[in-house]
Amino acid sequence: MHLYRLGVGEIGRLLRKRVISARDITGAFFARIRAVDQSVNAYITLLEERAHAKAKEVDAKIASGDELSPLAGIPVAVKDNICTQGVETTCGSRILSRYRPQYDATAVARLRAADAIILGKTNLDEFGMGASNEYSYYGPVANPWDLLRVPGGSSGGSAAALAAGETTLALGTDTGGSTRQPAGLCGVVGIKPTYGRVSRYGLVAFASSLDQIGAMARSVEDCALLLSIIAGHDPRDSTSAALPVPNYHDYLTGEVRGLRIGVPREYFAEGIDPEVESAVRDAIDHLAGLGAEVVDVSLPHTEYGVAVYQLVATAEASSNLARYDGIGYGFRAEDFDDLAGMYSRTRHDGFGNEVKRRIMLGAYVLSAGYYEAYYLRAQKVRSLIRRDFEEAFASVDCLATPTYPTPAFRLGEKLDDPLALYLADIYNTSANLAGIPGISIPCGYTGDGFPVGLQLLGRPFDEKTLFRIAYAYEQTAEWRHRWPELDIPVRRSADGV
Amino acid sequence: MEYEAIIGMEVHVQLKTASKIYCGCSTAFGAEPNTQTCPVCLGLPGALPVLNRKAVELGLKAAVTLVCDEIVERAAFARKNYFYPDLPKGYQITQFGAPLARHGRIEIEVEGQQKEIGIRHLLIEEDAGKLIHSEGESDVSFVDFNRCGVPLLEIVSEPDLRTPAEAHAYLAALKEVIEYAGISDADMEKGQMRCEPNISVRPRGYKEFGTRTELKNLNSFRNVERAIAFEIERHIGILERGEKVEQATMLWDERAQRASPMRVKEEAHDYRYFPEPDLTAVTLGRDLAAQIRAELPELPRAKRARFVSGYGIAPEQAAVCASSPAVADYFEAVAKACGDGNEAAKWIVGVVASAVNEGKWDVNAPSVAAEKLAALIRLVADGAVSGIAARENVFPAMLERPGLEPEEAVDELGLRQMSDEARLEAVVDRVIAANPGEVVRYRRGEEKLLGYFVGQVMEETKGRANPKIVNQLLRRKLASG
Repeated sequence: MHLYRLGVGEIGRLLRKRVISARDITGAFFARIRAVDQSVNAYITLLEERAHAKAKEVDAKIASGDELSPLAGIPVAVKDNICTQGVETTCGSRILSRYRPQYDATAVARLRAADAIILGKTNLDEFGMGASNEYSYYGPVANPWDLLRVPGGSSGGSAAALAAGETTLALGTDTGGSTRQPAGLCGVVGIKPTYGRVSRYGLVAFASSLDQIGAMARSVEDCALLLSIIAGHDPRDSTSAALPVPNYHDYLTGEVRGLRIGVPREYFAEGIDPEVESAVRDAIDHLAGLGAEVVDVSLPHTEYGVAVYQLVATAEASSNLARYDGIGYGFRAEDFDDLAGMYSRTRHDGFGNEVKRRIMLGAYVLSAGYYEAYYLRAQKVRSLIRRDFEEAFASVDCLATPTYPTPAFRLGEKLDDPLALYLADIYNTSANLAGIPGISIPCGYTGDGFPVGLQLLGRPFDEKTLFRIAYAYEQTAEWRHRWPELDIPVRRSADGV
Repeated sequence: MEYEAIIGMEVHVQLKTASKIYCGCSTAFGAEPNTQTCPVCLGLPGALPVLNRKAVELGLKAAVTLVCDEIVERAAFARKNYFYPDLPKGYQITQFGAPLARHGRIEIEVEGQQKEIGIRHLLIEEDAGKLIHSEGESDVSFVDFNRCGVPLLEIVSEPDLRTPAEAHAYLAALKEVIEYAGISDADMEKGQMRCEPNISVRPRGYKEFGTRTELKNLNSFRNVERAIAFEIERHIGILERGEKVEQATMLWDERAQRASPMRVKEEAHDYRYFPEPDLTAVTLGRDLAAQIRAELPELPRAKRARFVSGYGIAPEQAAVCASSPAVADYFEAVAKACGDGNEAAKWIVGVVASAVNEGKWDVNAPSVAAEKLAALIRLVADGAVSGIAARENVFPAMLERPGLEPEEAVDELGLRQMSDEARLEAVVDRVIAANPGEVVRYRRGEEKLLGYFVGQVMEETKGRANPKIVNQLLRRKLASG
């Protein structure tokens, strides 16, 4: 039995029957991590001691017959731009190397309260800025399906950790696709909830009006379970919604008859890889076969999505990242003459090029004389994009699209072409601009064996319908049991039990 | 040539909230550095602001108090981006484009002349921290973040002020109403009220404004007045020489009594304002403004006028009696309970005010209840105790022992006046009989001897005789001999 391959439900059952202990599970995962993470580089920080201590607590609860949370004893990886009290939270940046927050993000606090076992902090593009996980101060992450390929980003560490069996669940974040896109490229499940569904308190801000914490797992059921734990109103986040969180599990019925699925024609335009297109179209046909009604729809402002996203996200980022000034915490350059020199050296040495590129773009976008032409205009188009979705959702229950135009590309392949990377975000950024939820699930593989993701977009706060459709697909599709064959030297039994 | 100064004023007052504007940290003054901080006001990664509604309500109260014609329906916030070590987020959350309120006004009085000063806008923003530069060989600076996130109200006037005295009067009037309405304690020493005047000078009769300079580092109204006067003279001097005033921020040096330009960094600030995405706009609604208007206390100007006309007291007395809502309430309670506004005012202006000045009296928690002071005033009126004894002995005793009734105090101190005419007459008769020589001299016209007889009566009665009655009796008896 490969413990690292099990889902939440199975681990829970084994724990409750006392076939295995939480410590066994924790041990198995760290063994797996030791075996594969040198190649994958999914984690920046491992929390082995803390994890074992937590596992011990869970075992004590089991022994005393206490009621257990569904996540009790379940391994979770946390993306390293989500604050963990007393544990390094680097955001993949040099500027926050060795930075230890004094508090837990709300999502993390909820995981702890649910007795989940946090294994470590996962790698990411610096501050979430990137789609290939190559922009990390802590090195690139490899795609477990091919170690020479990117896992996607920015939650590349979380996605790769899931694909490689280095965790059962993971938190990602999603500002312009950062949960869905790596989930798609790594063949796992990732949901970006509606803006306001999950508290952003403790999520280190990239673009405040777009950021959301995402739930990632290897199955729709596990993903739904994770979201149900971290979702819900938080008085510490003024933008979090005071709405009840449905029991998502109730919607995992396998039943899609009567649901209307829209296929936006703008999402199948030029630039899409033919293998990706055919896998996604097959998946949509499959859903039709399950009884869903498939209709063509149009989202006419799609083509502006990336531009609007770049304007809004960089503007907000330029302000959000101003706090890394070397004064109170984090990295400070040594060599400076005066205050201005300290700022510029610290930020010059502390940030990577992609982050600096976006800060400069954002500062420009907001500067006097350009604000109206760029930022304000972008906000206007943003409303048009939102309206596109409102109109579409008047007649359909969800939209089905590819998650990403291509399968995972080679490490280094697009390093010198940031624009190409930005443009490929076309299918992802609109959901953040409109604040709507989106999920990516595996929907097949290319001829070379690389995963393809199907993206489902839903109405605001209607994650339950996304889970319902995703689950129906997943349960009847043939790919859900595939695992990558990691081409790594096996030192010893990496599988724990 | 004759010149005219144009003065505008930017004032910041600390809104009177217990906690900061975006977190639960205390706003109390004088704590150890960095003890009133949390991830939110320290701007730590991932922390988010949550608006303290009380700050907005106080801002709204100011808008109503300053008679603003325009109050926004939804209060929205914006980020003002700049780098400075006292600003941990790298931006200040303020309001931009749509301030809380616009077009207000306030009356000032200078040398008996009334003038209305326009208020351009009111807005709510957060304070920054405080830099402390070490004085010594090491070139180190420290930051105290306690003040970070303390709610401020920015009050910007129209350029309606013309003289240093008007500027002073404006600040005094503003401080008075702001304090009065409970919007801010406006204590300049605690940094709860800060002002930055801007000044330009033009030849009288010209329409066009001159070049403005801004004054900073002013910690008292007196300094504001002096600095403005200095700056006006400086501008005139420059213009007289045919030179041009340069736009600058001037720093007032209190010791040298002069203003000099701040070390200028010649880069135009671009604050890159944009709407704060972490806060949703707060809907204020007309109901809230109406409610605040209804609950607004009577303002000092109206109160003083009512005191003069209603209680028949002098304007100077009214000024003291209406100096704060608490004092005014106390005065009115005493006046009503004793039935004599004039006497009540005399007590407030004399005895109570000195007790306040000596730190023996908290206006918000009077040591002598209004009813008790009124009872004492009645005892004086009834002749049960002399006015002097009441002020100098009875009142201090009551001050020391709250709860002590004036009647008890008078008796304990043995100060009850003899006002019984029959008993006093007997004493007077004895004194007259014992001093035949003086009686003869008095009757021959040495009327100043009356004092001698009064003194004798007082001695006999150990000073407790009611002097008014004694005087009457003596005059009658000595005349009718």
